[in-house]
Amino acid sequence: MDPLRTLWETFFDVDSMREALPEMLTVGLPNTLILAVSAALLGSVLGMALAVAGISRTRWLRWPARVYTDIFRGLPAAATILLIGVGLAPLGMRVWGPNPYPLGILALSLIAAAYIGEIFRSGIQSVEAAQLEGARALGLSWGTAMRVVIIPQGVRRVLPAWVNQLIALIKDSSLVYFLGLLASQRELFRIGQDYAANTGNQSALLLAGLFYLALTVPLTHAVNAIDRRLRQGRPAGAPDGDDDDLALAGAVEGSPR
Amino acid sequence: MTVATSESVSVRVRDVHLSFGSNRVLRGVDLDVPRGATACVIGPSGSGKSTLLRTVNRLIEPDRGDVLLDGRSVRGDDPDALRQRVGMVFQQFNLFPHLSVLRNVTLALRRVRRLGEDEAVAVARAQLELVGLAAKADARPAQLSGGQQQRVAIARALALQPQVMLFDEATSALDPELVKGVLALMADLSAQGMTMIVVTHEMGFAREVADTVAFMDRGVVLEAGEPARIFESAEHPRLRRFLSQVL
Ligand SMILES: Nc1ncnc2c1ncn2[C@@H]1O[C@H](COP(=O)(O)OP(=O)(O)OP(=O)(O)O)[C@@H](O)[C@H]1O
Ligand SMILES: [Mg+2]
Repeated sequence: MDPLRTLWETFFDVDSMREALPEMLTVGLPNTLILAVSAALLGSVLGMALAVAGISRTRWLRWPARVYTDIFRGLPAAATILLIGVGLAPLGMRVWGPNPYPLGILALSLIAAAYIGEIFRSGIQSVEAAQLEGARALGLSWGTAMRVVIIPQGVRRVLPAWVNQLIALIKDSSLVYFLGLLASQRELFRIGQDYAANTGNQSALLLAGLFYLALTVPLTHAVNAIDRRLRQGRPAGAPDGDDDDLALAGAVEGSPR
Repeated sequence: MTVATSESVSVRVRDVHLSFGSNRVLRGVDLDVPRGATACVIGPSGSGKSTLLRTVNRLIEPDRGDVLLDGRSVRGDDPDALRQRVGMVFQQFNLFPHLSVLRNVTLALRRVRRLGEDEAVAVARAQLELVGLAAKADARPAQLSGGQQQRVAIARALALQPQVMLFDEATSALDPELVKGVLALMADLSAQGMTMIVVTHEMGFAREVADTVAFMDRGVVLEAGEPARIFESAEHPRLRRFLSQVL
């Protein structure tokens, strides 16, 4: 047979795709979204906590945040997911039964938090120390000043990087298949892989790939759009360029109490 | 312009010392500002003027010495509570660029004063009206000129009804044609009996508005007195040299 044709059928067999499509839509896509969205939420909350701990005046907050970040950024995602998903499985079994999702989401969140924490931290530190001083001079406490003045500005500056992290999360959510999924728990990748294994034809896996692209490509463009808007809408009054790299450290370490 | 000031208070700075590491920035500063008076602080760059202002509202904690409002030490006070009594205006305005002009003014009213939304907005609008910027309430700071931004910053501080106002080179970052409006606003405030400490390079303002002019050099107030005396018959050679350079 014509090798080109074989190749085509291996990847673009419409019948195989059509066969996998319903399950992809009704099972795979919702599951991927559940994993990615839950982990994005939890990872962002944890990431914010890590960012704030990372710039704290207290060594006992800075240090653990540093160590945490080094560990979870340094390990392969697959290893972390296996370690947590399998290692904590007996505990999870007692709390929520034989469902690998909670631990999968936890593992994904813990990994994402390490990256998102660094993203948020760099954003927060890019806000000029004068902003904190201005807020403290009005009688705002350190916590309130951070919450309503510094963090909103800092996060805005790193939204593109944050969205990139969400894209990574969508892709990494496929790794929970390591934890063993029931038929109804399979996400996009696992469904594609199962079909591919059963039929020897890769088309279903390619279809899964198309689903991932349908999720991630719009986000990529959203990143670019946000980036453009931030660049154009950059308030002229706020110093741009030079002062941006001014570490907040001076303000956090040295000044307003 | 009329400003709804609460009673202003006198300020006494007593022997304030402060070092940044080995850099002794304040070496025993004394300054007396009677209730309702305006003191202008002049002096060369790096002499500690900004640092002095920051010890008054305790953005920086002095190593030694004291600050008294109406004769009472503020060292034991909660710094956040103290800062509601002592307003501060910065060279670079330090407005919050992500908030509208109105929200810049309501922020502390809501979060610190705990006013309700409607009341905070009413106070803020009235204060913006007083600085002539009510029409800009919904603009972002970046859409305003430097002079307008500084007037918003002044309105933001005044909205909390401070008893003392600190100005750190409030007009130094402004284009020359915008300086006058801000200085006029400060002069009004002074005339209405706000106690003010004004760090400035505007010698005309110091001469006309100040009750006291204090010359700072290398971390001490070297000479202080009425503007006429300081500008016409300064005693200290360093002050005379400084004046010959800036006048
Ligand atoms: N946060 C800080 N950390 C370390 N050193 C500082 C800090 N702030 C000010 N200094 C130092 O303190 C000294 C006095 O600074 P300050 O800003 O009070 O001077 P200034 O009289 O306001 O000068 P200028 O007219 O240039 O504003 C300078 O040597 C400055 O480098
Ligand atoms: Mg200064």
